[in-house]
Amino acid sequence: MIEFRGVDFSYEDRPVIKNVSFQIEERESVVIMGPSGSGKSTILRLILGLECPQKGDILVDGQNICRMKDREKQEIRKKIGMVFQDGALFDSLSVWENVGYYLLEHTAMSAENVGRKAVEMLGFVGLDADEIQDKLPEQLSGGMQRRVAIGRALLSTDPKVMLYDEPTTGLDPQATENVINLINMLHSQKSISSIVVTHQIADAIAMANRFIVFIDGEIVFDGSLEQLRDCQDPGVQSFLAPFREAVTGVTDKKFVDR
Amino acid sequence: MPIFRLINDWLKHFANESQNLFYFSLKMLRGIWGRPLYLLETREQMYLIGIGSLYLVVLTGIFAGQGFALAFSVELADFGAKNYLGRIMSISIVRELGPVLTGLMIAARVAAGITAEIGAMKSSNQIDAMTAFGIDPIRKIAVPRLISLIIMVPALTVICDTIAIFGGYIIALFIAHVTTTMYWSAVKERLIFGNIFIGLVKPVVFSLVIAFVSCYKGFRSEGGTKGVGRATTESVVLSSITILVVNFFITKVVFSLIKGYL
Repeated sequence: MIEFRGVDFSYEDRPVIKNVSFQIEERESVVIMGPSGSGKSTILRLILGLECPQKGDILVDGQNICRMKDREKQEIRKKIGMVFQDGALFDSLSVWENVGYYLLEHTAMSAENVGRKAVEMLGFVGLDADEIQDKLPEQLSGGMQRRVAIGRALLSTDPKVMLYDEPTTGLDPQATENVINLINMLHSQKSISSIVVTHQIADAIAMANRFIVFIDGEIVFDGSLEQLRDCQDPGVQSFLAPFREAVTGVTDKKFVDR
Repeated sequence: MPIFRLINDWLKHFANESQNLFYFSLKMLRGIWGRPLYLLETREQMYLIGIGSLYLVVLTGIFAGQGFALAFSVELADFGAKNYLGRIMSISIVRELGPVLTGLMIAARVAAGITAEIGAMKSSNQIDAMTAFGIDPIRKIAVPRLISLIIMVPALTVICDTIAIFGGYIIALFIAHVTTTMYWSAVKERLIFGNIFIGLVKPVVFSLVIAFVSCYKGFRSEGGTKGVGRATTESVVLSSITILVVNFFITKVVFSLIKGYL
């Protein structure tokens, strides 16, 4: 479904991604981990075609997004739902306008109908639509904002894959669990692949069955939780050292059934 | 030598920024034609820019006009030429002061606002989210502001001119003791095609400068809130200086082109 082939990417003179290759199949749930500034979020931006690599190819559904025009990229993006860090909700629009944004902009649906669909979607992501639909994003808690962002991504596209950039960062334990449950539910019930970028190890374990560890723009590990536990790579060990308890003690059933 | 390296780096940066600003401006201009047209956003921006800046333009006009008239009435009195006050006010306000002062005021108020708003959207990933949902952020955010500025800056300039000339009239009447008829007939005498033309071309060009610079700086801002603050300051400084430079060249070029109408 998504394939990176020898991808190099730099911001001006600063290399961020170095000769990265990997493949993600349909219905997989993958977590990309690594310390801050290791190039994790850039991977998601490259998949969406928001950035273009200086070298290598990125295939989404067999099509090379790096060589597409903006209009063609848009067709590919319809298959991808993106949840940006902190939600990236439009702060001048109400919650229902955020959720129905794509439909309001791209279809001839009336505001009333879009509002109805937005309310349904808010219910689907576990929010009380009556209470929050007319509020502004700033009036919501962090956890609610993330769930609204997930609802917006789901209503905007018909995603085969969802990309989550740090979906649980900065949330309290209850909100974290709600967001993880929702991500897992989308993966198991709707068969939507998920690619999650995070540096929260315990959350990562609860969200995926494949783990990619990035350090300094390079993949230093790609495998299952068991392989991660046994990995002898010094870079991986050093990254995991503060979280050793989480990796060895937390099972992948900690939060919910997947 | 570090000094030469510094100059070299600065020149490279300047050339790079100029090229980026040029391409960005072309994209904005291209966005005026074609669909979708964001009429609601354009109307909202026209209100925010036009009505929101009205008090500033009125205050600027009245005090600049009075100050200018006061200074000139004293000088003209020495030559027994107080009756020419209306002519001088008409020429200087309509051709120069009105457009420049309005441009600078809008640059200070609106350019700062536009850069800060777009910069904040960028740092919170809202612009990327827009792109991901298939919306061209330049067309959605920058073009409505460009169109609004092209319409509202000339309108505000006309208001500023009118208020400033009226401010001059108050000074003429109560301090310089020039009669109402004498002042207004002198004003009218110099309200000719050439002067009005220059006075209307300038605000259109200034509106382009403000829109291009402020939107560009907003879209290019980096580094969180600190970066947005820096971009906002750069936006106001660059717009203001460009307005003053461009003003000189428009005066020079238009003077040589329509000399016969002045």
